[in-house]
Amino acid sequence: MAAVVDEQQVLRRRGVFRRPSATTGAWSWFTTVDHKRIGKLYGYTSFAFFLLGGIEALLIRLQLARPNGQVLSADVYNQIFTMHGITMIFLVVMPMSGAFFNYLVPLMLGARDVAFPRLNAFSYWVFLGGGLFLYSGIFLGGLPDGGWVGYAPLSTQNIAVHRMDFYALGLLILGISSTVSAINFAVTIINMRAPGMSLMRMPVFVWMTLVVSFLLIFALPVLTIGLVELFFDRQFQTTFFQAAQGAQGDPILWQHLFWLFGHPEVYILILPAMGIVSEVLPVFSRKPLFGYPVVVFSGIAIGFMGWGVWAHHMFVTGLGPVANSAFALSTMFIAVPTGVKIFNWLATLWRGDIRLQTPMLFSLGFIAMFTIGGLSGVTHAVVPADYQQSDTYYIVGHLHYVLFGGSIFGLFSGFYYWWPKFFGRMLSEGLGKLHFWLMIIGFNLTFGPFHILGLQGMPRRIYRYEEGLGFDFWNLVSTVGAFMIALSIAVFIFNVVRAHRRDEPAPEDPWDARTLEWTTTSPPPAHNFDEIPVVRSLDDFWHRKYAEGQDGRLAPVVAGGADAQGAVAVRRDDAGHGNDSGSGDGSGGHGGHGIHMPSPSYFPLLAALGLPVLAFGLLYSTFLVADGVLLLLLGLYGWAMEPSAE
Amino acid sequence: MSDRLKRRLGTGALLTVSAVVLGACAENAPQDSLSPAGPYARQIDTLFRPVFWIAVAVFVLVQGLLLYAVFRFRHRGDRGIPVQVHGNRRLEIAWTIIPAMLLAGIAIPTVGTIFSLDRRPAGDVLDIRVVGHQWWWDVEYPTLGVVTANEVHIPAGRPVRLSLETEDVIHSFWIPRLAGKQDMLPGRTTTLNIQADEPGTYEGQCTEFCGASHANMQFLVIAQVPAEFDAWVQDQGRPAVAPAAGSPAAQGAEIFVRGTEVGSCVGCHAIEGVQGAEARIGPNLTHFGSRATFAGAIFQNNAENLRAWLDDPDSVKPGARMPDYNLTREEIEALVAYLQGLE
Repeated sequence: MAAVVDEQQVLRRRGVFRRPSATTGAWSWFTTVDHKRIGKLYGYTSFAFFLLGGIEALLIRLQLARPNGQVLSADVYNQIFTMHGITMIFLVVMPMSGAFFNYLVPLMLGARDVAFPRLNAFSYWVFLGGGLFLYSGIFLGGLPDGGWVGYAPLSTQNIAVHRMDFYALGLLILGISSTVSAINFAVTIINMRAPGMSLMRMPVFVWMTLVVSFLLIFALPVLTIGLVELFFDRQFQTTFFQAAQGAQGDPILWQHLFWLFGHPEVYILILPAMGIVSEVLPVFSRKPLFGYPVVVFSGIAIGFMGWGVWAHHMFVTGLGPVANSAFALSTMFIAVPTGVKIFNWLATLWRGDIRLQTPMLFSLGFIAMFTIGGLSGVTHAVVPADYQQSDTYYIVGHLHYVLFGGSIFGLFSGFYYWWPKFFGRMLSEGLGKLHFWLMIIGFNLTFGPFHILGLQGMPRRIYRYEEGLGFDFWNLVSTVGAFMIALSIAVFIFNVVRAHRRDEPAPEDPWDARTLEWTTTSPPPAHNFDEIPVVRSLDDFWHRKYAEGQDGRLAPVVAGGADAQGAVAVRRDDAGHGNDSGSGDGSGGHGGHGIHMPSPSYFPLLAALGLPVLAFGLLYSTFLVADGVLLLLLGLYGWAMEPSAE
Repeated sequence: MSDRLKRRLGTGALLTVSAVVLGACAENAPQDSLSPAGPYARQIDTLFRPVFWIAVAVFVLVQGLLLYAVFRFRHRGDRGIPVQVHGNRRLEIAWTIIPAMLLAGIAIPTVGTIFSLDRRPAGDVLDIRVVGHQWWWDVEYPTLGVVTANEVHIPAGRPVRLSLETEDVIHSFWIPRLAGKQDMLPGRTTTLNIQADEPGTYEGQCTEFCGASHANMQFLVIAQVPAEFDAWVQDQGRPAVAPAAGSPAAQGAEIFVRGTEVGSCVGCHAIEGVQGAEARIGPNLTHFGSRATFAGAIFQNNAENLRAWLDDPDSVKPGARMPDYNLTREEIEALVAYLQGLE
């Protein structure tokens, strides 16, 4: 230890690696390691990508509004639909869920930060770099155009332009971001819970974060292998996925790798929203979540079973009747824990005191829309029916009911619910409700008709369709609906701008909520809690406010009693995990004085910058490869060697 | 608010159900998977319909419970804090077991149908080999010695076993009224059974994204009464008839073989009976004039469309592999006359 201290003093004297200390101002956003600010960065960035992906969606709908659309050329259309999928999945739903993980998990656990704050900053910068890298193709010969699934050998066919190289390398970079982020959250959740916060007292949202983290940790390596092989096939003439002209590879191998990642990915996209809904429903029903252990365990069960269903994306590839039957059965049975969740949510509402405020409306919308997506999902598990539905608009309808009706509705529920906590401002209820109704009507107008179109024979990923196929009417309806969704998003943005122009601070606990994040100020101080809370039960904060009698009836705890009951201050000297630990290994004094929070750092940004530079180098110049590696190493070296505080 | 929610979701449910039912009887939807025209498509339809209605029943149940709960238990201000129910083991076991049993019930006929669709049909089966290309279909009748493109002629009422292959990327062969779809994979041969009960023209298209003109990779299945089919086979089996000397068509035939400075048609296209025209890169054109469509079945086979196509293939079919040879107006007219004469 002494040697380390000496070295740190040497470094400090030299002043080379002086650690930044500013926590305000524009520059501080580049060096921050505060989980709340990183969460906001994730939120801002993913929302920007959401608008971009939305504009792409509108272009798609304009092109398909009438038969033989002339808005986009075939070539541009193929790039746009590919980027719409990639954007919404990798640059919107995943990082937007990440925004919630970042902001909320430490607060919900009663911790002061995540386990590895600098790693957290690193994963954000890598995500941003990966997203910009993916889109940089727009200036360099075009965006990826092989569909978000990048099926070989189409994706390895045209090596004259780098479009699908941007896909392969961009997703590799994003995969690094997600992997380190997932490790960070898994470690945080397992190690940094407040005293008394046993696993079965954790909020369901935290549970879902944990499941998603493990899914990411195990799923992304599979995609990584596939992407590296894809890149090698394109650049180094390997034949992993090539079967033509005597090559010994197999294009089906790509599909297995992609979907072995891709199906857990579906649960990576939906479980966070399920977690949000599981937080919102009890608060606005004023009842505990019905069957908390069952909801938790069905989430875990979905996480496990999600590994055994990937080939249902490949029923029409000719896997043979035995494999198709096996995956039909596994797919049907994953519907069981999903259904259990829905029934438990319904039972949570039952005999509750339901307040139809905006967060609740979006959560109810989630249940209603996700149920439709789940049911159409069961019809895909009926394999012969899938022989008809596969690769048609019916599938496109299904996936949007799951990922938009599910994930996006859930995320908006989360925005409205936690906005006062994130920003200290209440969003307008009236505008929020307008947003909800526009969005749910627009959503159903847009995606409901897809089921009909698909069954009537409209394939997906076509840039035009002819008259006389019966596709005209419902396509037009869908386009109208898409613009209604766009309008609803405009209402949301207006709501946000309006709320932030008014200087009306939000209270600490505007919804009469149940979890720990509502015990601190809105927004919370940098150190989250003046005193680390001690947890005595599930929904601890609720129980500090209300005492539950033998008959299950509640009575408010008398004023002043709350402090005596719950918020006992303890010092957590034992909670330190190296100098990056945010769990207040200093004094737990009042007002946050004397609490050591992790210092900001330049190095995560520097190291993250190395990855896109390295990727550009792989495509354009060895010199850049060296630069990228150098940046990465420099960043990691400085990261390892910098003093814990200045 | 909850009244509106109820109304909205109620109409939504009704709309969805009735729309899908309407979709089922939609006219002018030649690719409608819900109006099967042969035993294989019907087998799928028979399986799908009850599943659909089960799904509708679950839909009504869940949305009904949701709406009821929202309406019945919404905040009224006078009820106080509700009883804190944490769970109910019996209920939870029930809604785990009942859906599982329901799904098991669906699984049994599903597995049965999977195996049944996979089997080679019994009896007198016609074998046809279809090879996908970017972006057209090569159709070969190995036992009958016929090669054509984009139009699959079959005898009505007789089972057909398709062997599906691809020349380049993955394609998927889908003729919704006759069968489900089947991918065509590099390095493999997959199979699909189709059969049409009645004579007629059925429309299909590629359903696996295959590049620029994926949307333009369509085809027809033309089911004929057996006698007509046999006659068609007879006609298609003959080599092409050489056009009368001195006619525009003869001039076209010469251009077809000789080509321009840039290249020639025979570099890719075969015409049986023409010396040097044996390549199989593009469609076999031996009986081009007898086809209703061309270029991935997206154009009616008429002089106007053919002129536009020969003039600049890529502009009418994005990414088309057929090069633009900068043909003169006269050359195009001669080729059109020749090709349309290949009956």
